[in-house]
Amino acid sequence: MDKVHLADLISGFAPYAKVSQGKQFTEVSVDPEQLHKLAIELKNNKDTAFDFLSCLTGMDWKTELGVIYHLRSTVYNHDIVVKVRISDRENPHVSSVCDIWPGAEFHEREAWDLMGIRFDGHPDLRRLFLDSTWGFPLRKDYKDDINIVSK
Amino acid sequence: MGIKHFKYEEFGDNESLEELRQSGTNIFLSSIDNLINWSRKNSLWPLTFATSCCGIEMMATGAPRHDFARFGMEVYRASPRQADVIVVAGTINNKMAPVLKRLYDQMSEPKYVVAMGSCAVSGGPFFLNSYCVVKGVEHVIPVDVFIPGCPPRPEALLYGMLQLQRKIETETIKSRKVRTESHNTDK
Repeated sequence: MDKVHLADLISGFAPYAKVSQGKQFTEVSVDPEQLHKLAIELKNNKDTAFDFLSCLTGMDWKTELGVIYHLRSTVYNHDIVVKVRISDRENPHVSSVCDIWPGAEFHEREAWDLMGIRFDGHPDLRRLFLDSTWGFPLRKDYKDDINIVSK
Repeated sequence: MGIKHFKYEEFGDNESLEELRQSGTNIFLSSIDNLINWSRKNSLWPLTFATSCCGIEMMATGAPRHDFARFGMEVYRASPRQADVIVVAGTINNKMAPVLKRLYDQMSEPKYVVAMGSCAVSGGPFFLNSYCVVKGVEHVIPVDVFIPGCPPRPEALLYGMLQLQRKIETETIKSRKVRTESHNTDK
């Protein structure tokens, strides 16, 4: 399926999502509340069949945080990018996709550890690399006067 | 082939070496020193310790093409108890630093440290805006020889190791005692 057909299909079954064409991938922007619904639909729909989460990235756009999901279908060999923007920087929440793609478990732990994004419904959301006394060092507003020599 | 095949003029930084040589001692002790130093510098066994890409260059230096067994660095020891020199080859971050310190403490005297590559020298590419990298291993353990480069070529590592051998040559019983005591106090 080519990009245009895929975009039409997704905006057909998910009118709450905003579909656009990026440089490389079709991009789908969605609110955090609707993410889980969309993810289930993307995996279970016979025409999209996104059965593989190849990457999950935490993002910091300064005004808001976000999570980016790279999905791939091993049936049709097509890809898609799902973007979630979270405007609450103090207490960012998004629902976990571990129940849909089990490979998300470690990626979500990493995003929690370094960006401080909480994933609701994650089976074991502990810090991955750092201990609990650290802040979230990959955030743009992270400050550490002892360890960081900033430019 | 050994260190004596290299001419004195072919080395850089001879002035600081001469400064180390200044501390005088009597003839009897100095001939013992010479014997001890000769045997130590020609059997420097490094510890198998590499944390990133500098480790690949260190392995290449140990392999037949560059072959630093020529200079007496015969074997990489897997245990710090059997090693004389630790080549810090790679980035040391805050989580690795206690491990490095423990390895260094487990080595028996005499022990030497070579900081290989810009990460071990100063933090290198991670010096700015990094939350987790130690800005130079000198913050953790005392360093004898610094080798710049990212990563240094095997020839640079060989040169650094030869400089370490020349540094060992200048040691006396007195300076060795001072050195050992300074290692003990920082525990």
